[in-house]
Amino acid sequence: KIESLKVTVDFLKVPLGLKKPPLKEALAAIPGPGRTKPLGLERHKPRRSDTMDNESQYSGYSYKSGHSRSSRKHRDRRDRHRSKSRDGSRGDKSVTIQAPGEPLLDNESTRGDERDDNWGETTTVVTGTSEHSISHDDITRITKDMEDSAHLDCSRHLGVSLAGALALLAFLTPLAFMLLPQLLWREELEPCGTPCEGLFISVAFKLLILLLGSWALFFRRPKAFFPRVFVFRALLMVLVFLLVVSYWLFYGVRILDSRDRNYQGVVQYAVSLVDALLFVHYLAVVLLELRQLQPQFTLKAVRSADGASRFYNVGHLSIQRAAVWILENYYHDFPVYNPALLNLPKSVLSKKMSGFKVYSLGEENTTNNSTGQSRAVIAAAARRRDNSHNEYYYEEAEHERRVRKRRARLVVAVEEAFTHIKRLQEEDQKNPREIMDPREAAQAIFASMARAMQKYLRTTKQQPYHTMESILQHLEFCITHDMTPKAFLERYLTAGPTIQYHKDRWLAKQWTLVSEEPVTNGLKDGVVFVLKRQDFSLVVSTKKIPFFKLSEEFVDPKSHKFVMRLQSETSV
Amino acid sequence: SYFIFLFFQQRIEIHKLRQGDNLILGFSIGGGIDQDPTQNPFSEDKTDKGIYVTRVTEGGPAEVAGLQIGDKIMQVNGWDMTMVTHDQARKRLTKRNEEVVRLLVTRQSLQKAVQQSMMS
Repeated sequence: KIESLKVTVDFLKVPLGLKKPPLKEALAAIPGPGRTKPLGLERHKPRRSDTMDNESQYSGYSYKSGHSRSSRKHRDRRDRHRSKSRDGSRGDKSVTIQAPGEPLLDNESTRGDERDDNWGETTTVVTGTSEHSISHDDITRITKDMEDSAHLDCSRHLGVSLAGALALLAFLTPLAFMLLPQLLWREELEPCGTPCEGLFISVAFKLLILLLGSWALFFRRPKAFFPRVFVFRALLMVLVFLLVVSYWLFYGVRILDSRDRNYQGVVQYAVSLVDALLFVHYLAVVLLELRQLQPQFTLKAVRSADGASRFYNVGHLSIQRAAVWILENYYHDFPVYNPALLNLPKSVLSKKMSGFKVYSLGEENTTNNSTGQSRAVIAAAARRRDNSHNEYYYEEAEHERRVRKRRARLVVAVEEAFTHIKRLQEEDQKNPREIMDPREAAQAIFASMARAMQKYLRTTKQQPYHTMESILQHLEFCITHDMTPKAFLERYLTAGPTIQYHKDRWLAKQWTLVSEEPVTNGLKDGVVFVLKRQDFSLVVSTKKIPFFKLSEEFVDPKSHKFVMRLQSETSV
Repeated sequence: SYFIFLFFQQRIEIHKLRQGDNLILGFSIGGGIDQDPTQNPFSEDKTDKGIYVTRVTEGGPAEVAGLQIGDKIMQVNGWDMTMVTHDQARKRLTKRNEEVVRLLVTRQSLQKAVQQSMMS
């Protein structure tokens, strides 16, 4: 099953770190049962019962499904948000998560009861628990998710329902235009033969085309939540609204009031509306899809933790859309963030530090002036650093050698292991006891390579990313698809992109967009924005693609002539 | 430290030796504006298209006069040799009616010695 990547991009937080109070008031103000369901634009999902625990219904529609239960109590909504933020759990009240830190979730949910009353207190609790332990991280993350997704669901819900209502109105209006005279003053209408029939057919097909086009363009799973309104969509909605309203106005005045008898004119009026709607659809295609296709800017994304960087070409996009684009590419381009690889080897650092301490102890007694002493210590440390780079170099070389040795052992072990099994051919006569399915085959050969694999992963500090179960699954996958040992090892020998690993590593909901300019502004040369996550951030800077002035030079094929190089030596 | 390129020049007077019907000088030249300057092993600047001494016959008049391999010939009897073709250079050196040629040469070893003495 393919799960779409959901990214929540938040507001720029007020520097104090508090969320805006109006958020909470808005949340409290909206009555639970009063929430309107969105009109049936997107495929209607069946109401989910408490006991249903179906993973395939996740992704994209989850915010919708969230609202399908809005008629329940406030607490249910919290539970649902909590479960939504955990990939893989779909139960309503029973949270079946395997992630660590689970017991603390219950504490958090009870605290939520006081949340609406004592908002300030809750805030302080949240910021107070932001230490770097996994359980506390979960709390802050879930709190953030709940608050933000509640607010965003509200506005997103509103936006989509509004758009849906408008679309339905626009779709039904031509039909109404044509039906109303028939219903209201049928006897008085002039008979209208072939031209009307032709117009009816054209209206039918144009509406069908409009329907298909709208379905293709608009009815897509949202891949990200944007913090601000999508300007072009709002513009288009306003345009459609104005169009429909003005048509109704004229219709009401000219046709309904005066009971126009010329039915062909009425039908032509309806056809003109459909044509106008088709042109609005064309405008939507150009604004939403085509404009950003031509590359205009080069974005450089640098990861703050280890300096991994990539360049991307994008067209005219707003900052928030560019941020989502960068994130989509981040997950398959950047090697996975491994905090264990960031530090200098301990032996180097500790020597440096211990040298530092020794020196300062000696100096403290002699000098009185603190600044002079600290400066002397820093200078001494700087001089000492001349030696530690040597140690760093040798440590690096040693580590490199160790990795290569372990890697060689791993490759040999895997190659050997793969020679023990082969695919069953039709003509082989084997008794059923000896025939294995891929899982059993994987388990059979795993034992011989397990130790080498574990040692290698430990040396390259990758062991948190690969559990035994995941290695077995990958082995089973490779055996099923007749892959060679090298193909099996490809995943372990190089650090892959983040999307290759388990969803727990994705942390897709934790991104925050930090920007000095409003995020609906378009990209310009020199714009810098930061995509922050808890453990690192992506700094993105923009550069305009240079304007190329291409000049032409004509080379006559006959003009290619050559001479020998002269190096004479003459004796005189 | 700074670099000043001084072209120390030396004047060398060669008396031609008669060998049968020819007057020989006892060295070989390379270079010229119609030649490929990058092949010159003696020049410091590989775009220099001047005339260089590529060989000096042992015991010949040039060696006796003090000409060394790698010297760049700037003038021959007052004629400029920095912008001549290879053949023109040869002709200027082998004029039948001249028994003595006075060369103005530049030598790299001299330049280097001057640089070193300036820097130390």
